[in-house]
Amino acid sequence: MTHVLDPNALDGAGSQDTAPGTPPEPFADVTRSGDAFRAFLHGLPGVDQVGAEIRAKVLGTRSIKTTAKAWAIDTAISMVDLTTLEGADTPGKVRSLAAKARRPDPEDLTCPSVAAVCVYGDLADVAKRALEGTDVRVAAVATAFPSGRASRAVKLADVRDAVANGADEIDMVIDRGAFLAGRYLDVFDEIVAVKEACGPAHLKVILETGELVTYDNVRRASWLAMLAGGDFIKTSTGKISPASTLPVCLVMLEAVRDFRAATGRQVGLKPAGGIRTTKDAIKHLVLVNETAGADWLSPDWFRLGASSLLNDLLLQRQKLRTGHYSGPDHVSVD
Amino acid sequence: MTSLFEYAPAPESRSIVDVRPSYGLFVDGEFTDGTGSTMKTVNPATEEVLSEVAVGSGEDVDRAVRAARRAFTRVWGPMRPADRGKYLFRIARLLQERAREFAVLESLDNGKPIRESRDFDVPQAAAHFFHHAGWADKLDHAGLGPAPRPLGVAGQVIPWNFPMLMLAWKIAPALATGNTVVLKPAETTPLTALLFAEVCQQADLPPGVVNIVTGAGDTGRSLVAHPDVDKVAFTGSTEVGREIARSVAGTQKRLTLELGGKAANIVFDDAPIDQAVEGIVRGIFFNQGHVCCAGSRLLVQESVHDEVLASLQRRIGTLRIGDPLDKNTDIGAINSAEQLVRIRELSEIGEAEGAQRWQPECTLPDRGYWFPPTVFTDVSAAHRIARDEVFGPVLSVLTFRTPDEAVAKANNTTYGLSAGVWTEKGSRILAITDRLRAGVVWANTFNEFDPTSPFGGYKQSGYGREGGRQGLAAYLQGDH
Amino acid sequence: MSDRLAVRKTYKLYLGGAFPRSESGRTYEVTDARGHFLANAARASRKDARDAVVAARGAFAMWSGATAYNRGQVLYRVAEVMEGRAAQFAEEVAAGEGLSAGKARASVDAAIDRWVWYAGWTDKLAGVLGSSNPVAGPYFGFSVPEPTGVVAVLAPQRSSLLGLVSVVAPVLAAGNTAVVVSSLERPLPAITLGEVLATSDVPGGVANLLTGDAAELAPWLAEHADVDGIDLAGAPTPLAMELERSAAGTIKRVLRTPAEEPDWTADPGLSRMRPFLETKSVWHPIGV
Repeated sequence: MTHVLDPNALDGAGSQDTAPGTPPEPFADVTRSGDAFRAFLHGLPGVDQVGAEIRAKVLGTRSIKTTAKAWAIDTAISMVDLTTLEGADTPGKVRSLAAKARRPDPEDLTCPSVAAVCVYGDLADVAKRALEGTDVRVAAVATAFPSGRASRAVKLADVRDAVANGADEIDMVIDRGAFLAGRYLDVFDEIVAVKEACGPAHLKVILETGELVTYDNVRRASWLAMLAGGDFIKTSTGKISPASTLPVCLVMLEAVRDFRAATGRQVGLKPAGGIRTTKDAIKHLVLVNETAGADWLSPDWFRLGASSLLNDLLLQRQKLRTGHYSGPDHVSVD
Repeated sequence: MTSLFEYAPAPESRSIVDVRPSYGLFVDGEFTDGTGSTMKTVNPATEEVLSEVAVGSGEDVDRAVRAARRAFTRVWGPMRPADRGKYLFRIARLLQERAREFAVLESLDNGKPIRESRDFDVPQAAAHFFHHAGWADKLDHAGLGPAPRPLGVAGQVIPWNFPMLMLAWKIAPALATGNTVVLKPAETTPLTALLFAEVCQQADLPPGVVNIVTGAGDTGRSLVAHPDVDKVAFTGSTEVGREIARSVAGTQKRLTLELGGKAANIVFDDAPIDQAVEGIVRGIFFNQGHVCCAGSRLLVQESVHDEVLASLQRRIGTLRIGDPLDKNTDIGAINSAEQLVRIRELSEIGEAEGAQRWQPECTLPDRGYWFPPTVFTDVSAAHRIARDEVFGPVLSVLTFRTPDEAVAKANNTTYGLSAGVWTEKGSRILAITDRLRAGVVWANTFNEFDPTSPFGGYKQSGYGREGGRQGLAAYLQGDH
Repeated sequence: MSDRLAVRKTYKLYLGGAFPRSESGRTYEVTDARGHFLANAARASRKDARDAVVAARGAFAMWSGATAYNRGQVLYRVAEVMEGRAAQFAEEVAAGEGLSAGKARASVDAAIDRWVWYAGWTDKLAGVLGSSNPVAGPYFGFSVPEPTGVVAVLAPQRSSLLGLVSVVAPVLAAGNTAVVVSSLERPLPAITLGEVLATSDVPGGVANLLTGDAAELAPWLAEHADVDGIDLAGAPTPLAMELERSAAGTIKRVLRTPAEEPDWTADPGLSRMRPFLETKSVWHPIGV
């Protein structure tokens, strides 16, 4: 089975009834001051590192076989944000990636297309043209990705430029320096501003969890980003080690789950970086299934930011279909 | 809500295990026929008969004790301690090599999920042999004075909840300290002990050092009462523990007892809630709740009661109940029809006394012994489900308002095996831990075990410790 | 030689920090080793034993919760006060046990030294019996010895002070509270010890000393559900097995009766503390 993105789902999630910068009820007043916001974020339940890691590890031992595996592989393919974020990227490279995104396995028309192609903003228009007529979206990183070290004006210009170039989705980075310094309201305000600059494009907020270090910080940053109006929260830029890990995803899945329970608003999750094998991808799906629940098991609410993962998913898919092992020459190199 | 993501069956192959149609007793290094009757052992998940095993008679017990005595006097006692250690190292390695086989057999005979037998029971059993192997030639440093002496023949009676692991907890320290052993496995779970007998043979352990006599209550009674047994070690119910303590009264037999529990798992409002919920689940649903140290009483601070309960119920809804051999099974079968009756009875009493029963929607297999994970709310301290050990997947939820009340309620039991405390405040952990009358306190975790960590109860949960330096004292005489 | 008429002492029970008579009103005649009248001692009843258990339970939280250093100081203070009363103890021991003045004094000295020895143990037990547990996982694990609770002590029948001290001091040093039944025929040093305890800094209820017949009192203590352990040192031999069977009813820790009364001057090691110490193992995850 394959997933087709439901455009209304994303638009619905992105719209807010309240004024920009006002968190949804019942949290509307938590950002009334820096102190209040700090008190709120630090009032979230702590995360015990060992307990979270054990839970993620146990879920990682789930054994997904036969029909479940086939479903998981196709679902994972449909969730991939196929990514190239290199200084050496060219229009040619992006077009090649787009071709792969719309038809990952040229020999098998039943193979689903991926969710999106993720590029730098200046190449968004190339991707957009290459993907015309498909459901594959164009995601662009912005806000002085990956460090985020630029003035807000520059970051917002970066966003507007990417949107003007045709990006459907903006992957922004938070100001980790401000976050770690405890200036939560600054981080919040910036996300609100970026969200406004996005216009119709929907916003993924990259926390760069490898720089936040603790799971307590991951939980606080997740809530901060959701309160500020992010449509997705995303683990990492892929430029920092460690990138996404299963326990980090677990903590973020708990956050989106609890946020929806409290506000009624569903936010998506995108782990990125370090997810290279089918096994990794399936572990993530198990984690989603048993933490946030089946409501998140669609590309509308869960994405996998990756590049090499797709080929491994395709090889495994071929193995399941043909019954024998495939090899790297049977999937395209991009 | 049915999940989009239905995990296909992922059964562990049982072909790795060769269950014989019948088993005798393992005495003096050989499998021999018993002189008594036989009994059938069944797979509790299917009620399929797995094998027929001997019910050890008094005469069989006597033969085993005599073999153990001979081995103690002639071989094991005089042996160089380092060599005793080497035998235990061998056994540990053999258990690791045959781990898959032990895990599958344990799940077949006991009903526990393969994930647990594979990732917990069998590796822990091997770890116990490894740990104690190293002690064999270091007993001068055990804190019992110079050259502490073994006691002689140990008669050991173990329960059905962790058959292989309890065997390791009993045999490893006994052997490391120079004693020989007659062990009676539980009536419903004899098979891994018999497979262990094969391991003893593969290790070339001298005959008589380990003897396995299967059987039921009478077999155990004969063993405990045998006049040539120097040491009795028992894990099981408090009721049987009392009987054994009475039986050895007036003798010179040394006794250690590891009995029942009714542990409180205390959750403060500043706890790491998601991990606390995991800990509550692990505390009461690990091994179907057939755990003497199970966290069967949840004591949750009133201010987070609703939040914790909602979270807990959602989490319990994700537990996968069914085929113990399926690698994705979280909760397996109740070990026996008899135990199932007891769990049902106590649950019915819980409802009759006014507590609210909650169970997730789940379909149970048609055959076998099954009980769904169950949570009782509106439980008061006077209810039987808050006082009696259910030994099943049944959690009683009580509330408290202050730390003093939490401690008072936690300690308000005749048991004292374990307790849990969840809070992110370090000084509170230490204060509460200090005041809990329990032999093991898990703070911000639950149901963790290790051969280096002494385990055992306060109050009517028993006496003596298993594991660590402290555990050696149970098998040695010296300056203590 | 003075013609002053001596003021005789009334021997009562020591219970909850006070010196009551037995609630039963009973007394019995205590004689010296040659059969001469020494005193009328209170013959404690089962209700006195019950009250003593209540007192011991009430004192347990405070005594076990005190710092080990503080318990050591308090117990050392007991030895100091004993030293001041050494002559009185020696007289009682000589009379009761039929010893020469010199031997009685040596026995008293040994008893005081034994008390000092135990006083010094309070803050060593955790180090010697506890452990840091190197578990195979990201957990900080440690084990500590903790007192068992309320311990009933049947004091030796023959050695009226050294034997008594040798069974009471270890129970208290380990942090337990005690209900002690003295030697039936030689109870006087026990009551004098009670006076010592009362005038030291030992909180009331920590040690309760009952004079009377262990054969009458011990069954009640062995069966008492709020007694956690029992030292059968002075149990009348025919009763010992029955007491152990009774104690099994609530899984009490039992220190058995030796075949014959031991030589109390021998180094006891930890043999009388270990049975009345539990081990608590604590786990906590290690994470940031």
